[in-house]
Amino acid sequence: MSGFTASFKDRADAALADPILKVAVERTAGTAQAKRAVAVEAFPDFEAARDRAAAIKDHVIAHLGAYLEEFEANAIAAGARVHWASTTDEACRIVIDICKAAGAKSVARSKSMLGEEIGLPHALAEAGIGRVETDLAEHIIQLADERPSHIIWPAMHKTREQVSALFKAKHRSPHQEETIAAMAESARRELRTQMLGADVGISGANFLIADTGAICTVTNEGNAELSLVPPRVHIVTAGIEKIVPSMPHAIHMLRMLARSATGAALTQYTTFYTGPKRVGDRDGPEAMHIVLVDNGRTKMREEGLAEMLRCIRCGACMNHCVVFRQIGGHAYGGTYPGPMGAVLTPVFDGLKESRELASACTLNGKCQEVCPVRIPLPTLLKGWREKSWREGLEPRSMRWGLGVWAWVARRPALYRFGTGVAVRAMQMLGKTGWINRLPLAGGWTQYRDMPKPAPQTFMNQYKKERRR
Amino acid sequence: MTRKVALFVTCLVDLMRPRIGFAAIRALEAAGCEVVVPEGQTCCGQPALNSGDRDHAVALAKQTIAALEPYEAVVVPSGSCAGTIRCHYSELFEHDAAWRARAQAVAGNTFEIMAYLDEVCGWKPEGVTVDARATYHDSCSGLRELGIKAQPRRLLKSVEGLRFAPLAGEETCCGFGGTFCVKYPAISNAIVGEKADAIDATGADLLLAGDLGCLMNMAGKLNRKGSKVRAFHAIELIAGMGDGPAIGEEA
Repeated sequence: MSGFTASFKDRADAALADPILKVAVERTAGTAQAKRAVAVEAFPDFEAARDRAAAIKDHVIAHLGAYLEEFEANAIAAGARVHWASTTDEACRIVIDICKAAGAKSVARSKSMLGEEIGLPHALAEAGIGRVETDLAEHIIQLADERPSHIIWPAMHKTREQVSALFKAKHRSPHQEETIAAMAESARRELRTQMLGADVGISGANFLIADTGAICTVTNEGNAELSLVPPRVHIVTAGIEKIVPSMPHAIHMLRMLARSATGAALTQYTTFYTGPKRVGDRDGPEAMHIVLVDNGRTKMREEGLAEMLRCIRCGACMNHCVVFRQIGGHAYGGTYPGPMGAVLTPVFDGLKESRELASACTLNGKCQEVCPVRIPLPTLLKGWREKSWREGLEPRSMRWGLGVWAWVARRPALYRFGTGVAVRAMQMLGKTGWINRLPLAGGWTQYRDMPKPAPQTFMNQYKKERRR
Repeated sequence: MTRKVALFVTCLVDLMRPRIGFAAIRALEAAGCEVVVPEGQTCCGQPALNSGDRDHAVALAKQTIAALEPYEAVVVPSGSCAGTIRCHYSELFEHDAAWRARAQAVAGNTFEIMAYLDEVCGWKPEGVTVDARATYHDSCSGLRELGIKAQPRRLLKSVEGLRFAPLAGEETCCGFGGTFCVKYPAISNAIVGEKADAIDATGADLLLAGDLGCLMNMAGKLNRKGSKVRAFHAIELIAGMGDGPAIGEEA
């Protein structure tokens, strides 16, 4: 689901002008960065573990069809029903049809980025089905009628002070004391009854286990368990790339996921769901439906983005991104923000609408350095830049400017002459060693000074000295 | 045995701060190298490569390869330009085996200057004195593509009188990013603003780094905010040219 209501630049400018956003992002991403560093340091050979995680994902992506069929057969054997959706519309229609067939008036949803990707909250509203978001941050987002700004902490753009005010305005019996514990209690009071009264529980899946047909969810609040076990029906929506061959592979990926996301060794709750309630089980849904969503993933594999399918949605890339840290997640405009979002959004929403995301990156490589599955994010972003250039989507000023520069740079004698003239001309622009306003580079001198070049280029000085 | 090396000056040093090129020559000669400056060089093509303009990137890469391939070693006073040649040239010739082989040969012979002096020559500066406190920023491409981290610090340790003030977030990008800083000036400014604050907080007299683009960005921001920190390419100090004008100072 795209949110391209304004241009990327306008959204970024708005974010930069918001001092509270900066505080909120630093509190969360800054803490995560520090805690991840400690966790990685304590892990015996994290680099080898990254290699193994990348290899596991590459293997399943290369044999995606076989593992998905194995998963389907085992999930069916465990009593679940498996549905295949190639588009967002199809995925939503399958979920809505299951809800309607179950006579559902309300659903409890455990946070799922795939659900956001396919636009499920909107589809449920259109179908007149009530929705309660049970993840604390998603609850905040639902109350504020906003969209997630981070894949791990959907409400990371809000400070606790803002959340307190929101709860006081929206909760039936809000907290009195200004403490995190009292606020959490207020959310618990609000959510518990709604959660337990839901007809259907909807979740995503962090992993699909091929050889057992199980799905795995991780949370820190236990809300997935409480959303998915009591209702009559459990619906899972998952991207097809979430598959791993077996439990030991899932365990390895879990070790990478929690450390990369929050710096914790493990999430508070890690649950594997294998089919619906069985004979003799005390709890559990009567029916379990698993909707496997493609939405461009097969095409990604064919079109040079296979490495992106390794992604386990940990958020480390955005937590460590200098651009994300300045503009937050909403400015990116797509479902997924930060470096991984800049790679994925053109797949889902089209390159024409989102080509700026790949450009708005300094290519510093930090994201790749922290990625638990070694996705070469800068390379993939450069791939989008190249496609955008080839398709003529880049601004004419850029194409023209770069073209003229390259034409001259390919003629060394002319280049020497031109640069010689340029540095002499630039002598007139500054009275001191600094230039405060530079024509054609206003973007630079709006915020910083430009050092005045020496009166002669290196090549011209060097040639003269050699002649002496 | 005298090492014969070619200096790839880089377009930014050629245009903006030639003394970095002369410092590179001086340090290489002190390390016993014979330095030549190949005539056919202009720009490595990184701006085109990073903008997605593959055709121009290929054309400039071919020109640069042709200019540099006669030499047994190529030394570059920039981690990002050296990184382009070492790590990205061969990607440009995926479907052109002949040029790919030439690109790989040049890539294998290309070194960032401080890595070359420290690791290949095993050299360190002698009799160079700078009485100052310095802080060091690790430029991203050099750090992450070429592993430039310990080499400049080892070389600078032999500069007498130089004290070190560690920079908080020394491996965090300064927000330059080539064309990024003019395409997204407001975001770039927010990033370099934090970097300038961190540099000021060290209490250092000097800011050192290994890439002129990053240095111009940080020095330009420091000057705009009225900071007294002076910026040099690390090779200028290493070559004994730290007594000259800093970036933005009149010669």
